[in-house]
Amino acid sequence: MSEVGKPHDRVDGRLKVTGTATYAAETPVANVAHAVIVSSAASHGTIKAVDTRAALAQPGVLAVLAVGAAPKLPDANKKNSPQDKILQLLQDDALHYPDQPVAVVVADTLERAQHAAMLVASQVTEEPVALEVPGGEAYKPEHAGPRGEPDTTRGDLAAGLAAAKFKVAATYRTPVHNHHPMELHATIAAWQGDKFLTVYDATQGIFNVRDRLATIFGLDKKNVRVIDKFVGGGFGSKGSPWSHVPLAAMAAKQVGRPVKLVVTRQQMCSLTGHRPVTVQELQLGCDEKGALTAIEHKVTSETCRFDEFVEPSAIQTRMIYSCPNVVTSHRLVKLDIATPTFTRAPGEATGTYALESAMDELAYAANIDPLAFRIKNYSTTDEQEKKPFSSKELMACYTKASEAFGWSKRKMAPRSQRDGNWLVGWGMATATYPARQMPASARVTIKADGTAVVQVGTQDLGTGTYTVMTQVAADELGIAFDRITFELGDTALPEAPLSAGSMTAATVGSAVKIACQKAKQELAMRGGKGEVTVEHHNEVSKDHDKFAMHSHGAVFVEVKVDEDLGLVRVSRVVGAYAGGQILNAKTARSQLLGGVVWSIGMALVEETVRDPKTGRVITRDLADYHVPVHADVPDIQIIMVDEKDPHVNEVGAKGLGEIGNTGASAAIASAVFHATGKRIRDLPIRLDKLLPDVHA
Amino acid sequence: MEPFGYIAAADEKMAIDEAPRGTFIAGGTNMVDYMRLGVIKPTTLIDVSRLPLTNIEAAGDGVKIGALVRNSDLAYHPLIQQKYPVLAEALLSGASPQIRNMATTGGNILQRTRCPYFRDMHYAQCNKRQPGSGCAAIGGFNRSHAVLGGSPACIATNPSDMNVAMAALDATVHVHGPSGERDIAFVDFHTLPGDHPEVETVLQPGELITYVTLPAVTGKQHYLKVRDRASFAFALASAAVVLDVQGGTIHGARVALGGVGTKPWRAKEAEAALVGQAPSPAVFAKAADAALAGAKGQPTNAFKIELAKRTLVRALTEVSK
Ligand SMILES: Cc1cc2nc3c(=O)[nH]c(=O)nc-3n(C[C@H](O)[C@H](O)[C@H](O)COP(=O)(O)OP(=O)(O)OC[C@H]3O[C@@H](n4cnc5c(N)ncnc54)[C@H](O)[C@@H]3O)c2cc1C
Ligand code: SF4
Repeated sequence: MSEVGKPHDRVDGRLKVTGTATYAAETPVANVAHAVIVSSAASHGTIKAVDTRAALAQPGVLAVLAVGAAPKLPDANKKNSPQDKILQLLQDDALHYPDQPVAVVVADTLERAQHAAMLVASQVTEEPVALEVPGGEAYKPEHAGPRGEPDTTRGDLAAGLAAAKFKVAATYRTPVHNHHPMELHATIAAWQGDKFLTVYDATQGIFNVRDRLATIFGLDKKNVRVIDKFVGGGFGSKGSPWSHVPLAAMAAKQVGRPVKLVVTRQQMCSLTGHRPVTVQELQLGCDEKGALTAIEHKVTSETCRFDEFVEPSAIQTRMIYSCPNVVTSHRLVKLDIATPTFTRAPGEATGTYALESAMDELAYAANIDPLAFRIKNYSTTDEQEKKPFSSKELMACYTKASEAFGWSKRKMAPRSQRDGNWLVGWGMATATYPARQMPASARVTIKADGTAVVQVGTQDLGTGTYTVMTQVAADELGIAFDRITFELGDTALPEAPLSAGSMTAATVGSAVKIACQKAKQELAMRGGKGEVTVEHHNEVSKDHDKFAMHSHGAVFVEVKVDEDLGLVRVSRVVGAYAGGQILNAKTARSQLLGGVVWSIGMALVEETVRDPKTGRVITRDLADYHVPVHADVPDIQIIMVDEKDPHVNEVGAKGLGEIGNTGASAAIASAVFHATGKRIRDLPIRLDKLLPDVHA
Repeated sequence: MEPFGYIAAADEKMAIDEAPRGTFIAGGTNMVDYMRLGVIKPTTLIDVSRLPLTNIEAAGDGVKIGALVRNSDLAYHPLIQQKYPVLAEALLSGASPQIRNMATTGGNILQRTRCPYFRDMHYAQCNKRQPGSGCAAIGGFNRSHAVLGGSPACIATNPSDMNVAMAALDATVHVHGPSGERDIAFVDFHTLPGDHPEVETVLQPGELITYVTLPAVTGKQHYLKVRDRASFAFALASAAVVLDVQGGTIHGARVALGGVGTKPWRAKEAEAALVGQAPSPAVFAKAADAALAGAKGQPTNAFKIELAKRTLVRALTEVSK
């Protein structure tokens, strides 16, 4: 029987629950010194002086690297790829954002470094900060996301709106989010002489870290080795190296010892990226029967002044429904903030919230059931790209999820269901996320004893890469699952891309599959005897040019709202998802569950708040930055819809890491409307927004 | 964190003798957190967690609770569950099981505010941390701040749930210090910020909380906490109520509010509006209006005035069912 698809427990599960999985910061490195970043108290301006004398005088302090007295790195800000960030490596006196590193203290113990860091004082000539997107001067970026055009126009929007019988126009706002993976960002840097550097780093992309460090320190890539065997979540924040990574290497060079630098939870609000604020203006129109005649989706998001990131929230709007007249645009406003970055389902999470909320509003304007309205506007081709879908089982998702939820019993009118003090509401939305793939290499060794080792320089973010790749290899090699070892997380292994964009299963899975096939052939050619090692470089499926490739889903939600107190509780969720071949039913379900929990967080609680005067993040720890706790998460039913896709890639998998975080927050917002009759167009839906009369 | 000394107090006398040199630590859930943030910098910690002040016992008609009783032990103790359910509910609505297993009665009474500007040392302005430096929360983001009992110097909320129940129950705090033992009525224990937000209680230097007593109370009790998520969050508004209804008339009422006051907020005005009346939505609304009559909101926390009223009305409604 095939191993692929089975709900195997994680091969690294025991290591994790017994605390023996070694995360980057836990790597035992002899003679390691401890570095602490000193964050700026001031927000914005010019750093005049950093006084390090008191810190240097403390016992155990080995060095203090500070603005004005740090080693010079001519290529500090040379990007290897657009995803790389402009870093703050103590090279100049510009203070861009609060918490920006002004110094790094290195000591023999962590406690001594922390204490000395408190004694570093900086003088800054402060300037006022701009923090608000509305009213800021917006400009058009060159790209919206790694692949997209910032603006698109299809058909004639004005004509489409004029022809509409029903219309809605609404503006939606989403706040700043921090990723806050469980594992703090951390780097251990160890030099071997001047030319060789080994780094243990908490990262989603070991090769990107390697390349950036090579560039910054003028090293041969081959002489930089980056290792990361386990990652405690990344969600995009660990997608490109941030300042602390080279700072650790600078510090290690300075003190002539390996150095460990762990970013604090508080610093992770500013030093390792965030999801930017979006303001999204939507206009939708449909005819008498509910066929969409026009969609306009205008996105404005924040970026920093010294770098750029676009939250591509309107991308899905171009293909998700059938509509002849569609206009989308992305604009940016530069603020005095740290650099935003990719956050789980960048674009789609915020974009589907706005679009699917507007779809619900139009369904109500036209008095059509929200599910029937989606089905009425089902797209059978990508009308923007003018390509067929490689596969699309969204209709089955709608059917299965709505049946399991009992949607047909829904009454259209808001405020039509009650349970004691609680108003009950039902909402639904479409979920979607692109199916991406990148080139990757894999090495397979079949040993004489019938075991095998498969090696790829990829990462396991906690998603199950170790496990699913072992399953793929088992099927191709015809070797038992427990006789195969999968190794990852080391740039000494064959190169693979970032673990991001929900593409690891597709990318690495395909490379592993073909490498295994080749190894088996090679072994057969040698008469099935001895040991063979084969390395294979896998390119992206050519069909990516011919087809539009996306995962899809449909999510149905019940909420309860205490009308007097404004409390919202999600009481039931059913989601059906089609993501091509499921490699492991258990890890796939976990990804989808986690995505839905993120959506609950996004809809109801998550918000990074900045002080209105200084821009410093107020919600600096997990006591103040709320994510859902168990009591906020109801029973979530996940249905996997069968989907065969011969085009998408060799393993037929589309990726499910992010789609759970799309659509569901709109479904919750729509359910809140159904319960209360109130549209909250500004996330998160906190109780004070539901009690408008409470504002004096 | 600043370097500090550590003394484990073997008995009450030793703790008090050493007190001038340092600061008490019990469960450490608040102390260690704030030391790590640099907000509190004790030179020496006097660990009182081993003192035998861990009993919960009947005392007359009431109960006597040792200062070192853990919050979880207190919440689940049969005497508390039977006679003071409002206290059990308040305790169990706070923090998480892990924290409640560490946190003590004395430490909970004295836990410091959660004001984010107080907790972030990067702000120069905080009168509580640095007297005379100003208040960054006024004019800043003050969603969690108080609408009752604030001053131009400070609007920080007393964050404790337990304290709200203690205030409603007319608890007495027993302390032992260099100049002997004394009893302090719970409602007088915490002080208003006024011009001196750095002073939070009437506790004198070196005084150790030894135990808390609760008198007998009659009536039905309830603690209702409203917060941003279902668990593990501080109160935006909460209400502890004890309502003694006899023959359709309210004979006795005790009302305290949490999440909205600079100290655990006993609402005597609300009680006066309730006593002698027949329970009804109109009477409850009047009581709520009376409780919040002196409230002053800031731009980001004004909603709490209405929210606190609704919370109180709901608590009274539940308890009079
Ligand atoms: C993440 C988190 C969430 C929380 N959520 C809530 C919540 O929702 N609701 C809530 O009410 N609380 C909450 N808390 C706070 C928690 O209740 C307090 O931290 C705890 O009660 C403090 O008790 P402790 O014994 O650990 O005190 P410690 O931290 O040991 O001490 C606190 C203070 O009391 C003093 N002290 C302690 N014992 C004595 C004594 N016997 N005599 C004199 N002084 C003494 C100390 O010197 C110190 O100033 C939360 C805490 C955390 C960390
Ligand atoms: S409210 Fe009080 S604790 Fe908060 S900043 Fe102002 S003075 Fe400090």
